[in-house]
Amino acid sequence: MSTETPAKTGKVVDLKRYPGFAHLAFLCLLILYAPLLVVAVYSFNDSASITLWGGFSLRWYEEVFFGLEAAKFKTAAWNSLSIAVTAAIVSTCFATSAALGMLRTGAFRGRPLSFALISLPLMVPEIVTAVATLIFFNTIAFERGLGTILVAHIVFCIPFAYLPIAARLQGIPGIYEQAALDLYATRWEAFRLVLLPLMAPGVLSGFLLAFIVSLDDFIITNFVKGAGIETLPTAIYGAIKQGIKPNIMAISTLLLLFSILLVALSWQIGRMGTDGKKPAD
Amino acid sequence: MAGATGQDTGQEGPGVYAEVRNWLLAPSWLTIAIFMLMPVLLMAIYSFLTKEFRGGVIWDFSVASYDQFFLDRGLFGDEPPQLQWAYLTIYARSITQAGVATLLCLVIGFPTAYFIATRPASTRTGWLLLVTIPYWVNLLIRTLSMKFLIRDTGPINEWLMAYGFLDTPIKMINTDFAVQLGLFYSYLPFMVLPIYAAVERYDFALTEAAADLYSDRWTTLRLVLLPTVAPGVIAGCILVFVPSLGAFLAPDLLGGAKNFMIGSLIEEQFKGQSGNWPFGATCAMVLLTMVLVAVFFYARQQAKSTRAGS
Repeated sequence: MSTETPAKTGKVVDLKRYPGFAHLAFLCLLILYAPLLVVAVYSFNDSASITLWGGFSLRWYEEVFFGLEAAKFKTAAWNSLSIAVTAAIVSTCFATSAALGMLRTGAFRGRPLSFALISLPLMVPEIVTAVATLIFFNTIAFERGLGTILVAHIVFCIPFAYLPIAARLQGIPGIYEQAALDLYATRWEAFRLVLLPLMAPGVLSGFLLAFIVSLDDFIITNFVKGAGIETLPTAIYGAIKQGIKPNIMAISTLLLLFSILLVALSWQIGRMGTDGKKPAD
Repeated sequence: MAGATGQDTGQEGPGVYAEVRNWLLAPSWLTIAIFMLMPVLLMAIYSFLTKEFRGGVIWDFSVASYDQFFLDRGLFGDEPPQLQWAYLTIYARSITQAGVATLLCLVIGFPTAYFIATRPASTRTGWLLLVTIPYWVNLLIRTLSMKFLIRDTGPINEWLMAYGFLDTPIKMINTDFAVQLGLFYSYLPFMVLPIYAAVERYDFALTEAAADLYSDRWTTLRLVLLPTVAPGVIAGCILVFVPSLGAFLAPDLLGGAKNFMIGSLIEEQFKGQSGNWPFGATCAMVLLTMVLVAVFFYARQQAKSTRAGS
């Protein structure tokens, strides 16, 4: 489809193009990335003053791994990782099962309500979820600690895992598992041997998103964690309350790279198998 | 973004797993019902309980928290009740801040989304990825980076002063603007993605038709493009506005003590000895009500636009 129309002057104008929109789009990228880049660059600053440039050095990274607070951050990082992995695995299993229940069980009346329930954690503001979860654990007198953080994370990871998995499942015609059943596969075999391999990119990208979301969470974790238990974000928050120190910028940069890597991975996996085609809507 | 997966696909038969539907859905249902729905209901109950000193509650029914929120009875509680402005002001400020952030996101986000949607397919995915990546980077770290960048002694001010453009640093941190910038920065991808989706479906033959009828491009934008992609724009605005309203990190790290928003007000009620849990629950209830109203209008709008065709 051509949108180029010769104007009266004889010059070809692109009707789709609006002057300034391209500039704003580049400005948008600049705003999004400038702060991250600046922090990443300054994390290599040799100077102890965090604004003056004193040459390239890795001393702050050294401090992160071997410095005074290394043990604290190591424990926090370990907590973060183990919670994120567990929460992502559990929520991905739940979400995969829910996607099958929503999309492979024929039309049913409760579907909109069921979808609303699954996406509830996305609609309620985080601070409200945090307060409500704190109140809940307090009322049932459940001691706050890693367990409460894990449960809270599983809850809000479910919709993040569900969306890519369901999107993927929606693009797979129902004939495959039907064919499997016709050939005397059990329902479980039809899922494990036929549907799951087809869904795999969606499941993997759902897992990665759940993992990132869990790793990132600050507000809910901050409310439901017990005293003395820290994840990486709460440890960083605690540290910057005393001022931004260069080692915090080094940790941030590491975490930043890790997230970007995971997103790129998730994106790549999500595109796998679709061959660049648009998934059926 | 979220809507598509809850809808009928139209092409499905009876479904192979119809018999075990409830078993498949049960884990997610139960987890969310027990650890999300019940806590929110419990929070609603808490907002009607009596405060216990040192944080916690006494199980006695009371409307004291709502009274404290809405009514001012003077220092000793014996004056005729007047409307309490202290908390309403914080909510009004939050609405303003979230509103300005939404507007900022729209002004930058709409052209960006349009620009991306009109790129050739080969570069489009790259652009989308670039806009999405920051969203997945830890929010705390993003807010922290913004704080670092705009501090009085941060790189922007240092550079401007080093090159002689400024004598004294521009005061950016701890201002309303810093909070708006932080919120904008936090939720911009939420604005771009739905608008992009809408513009991508837009039929540019309409633009051509408008041009044939001697409409200039800005008139076309106003009278043809915008009304057609309005559902995407509304979705984007709500997706930015709602989380901005309850945001904690941006006002906390960038706003300083003067720019208190709802998130900090709620957080304060649950921290330490001076906390007041029932009042905190009340504040959260008011916020939740506002958000649910917004989500309700959003859902109705979406339902209307799906029914209208496409």
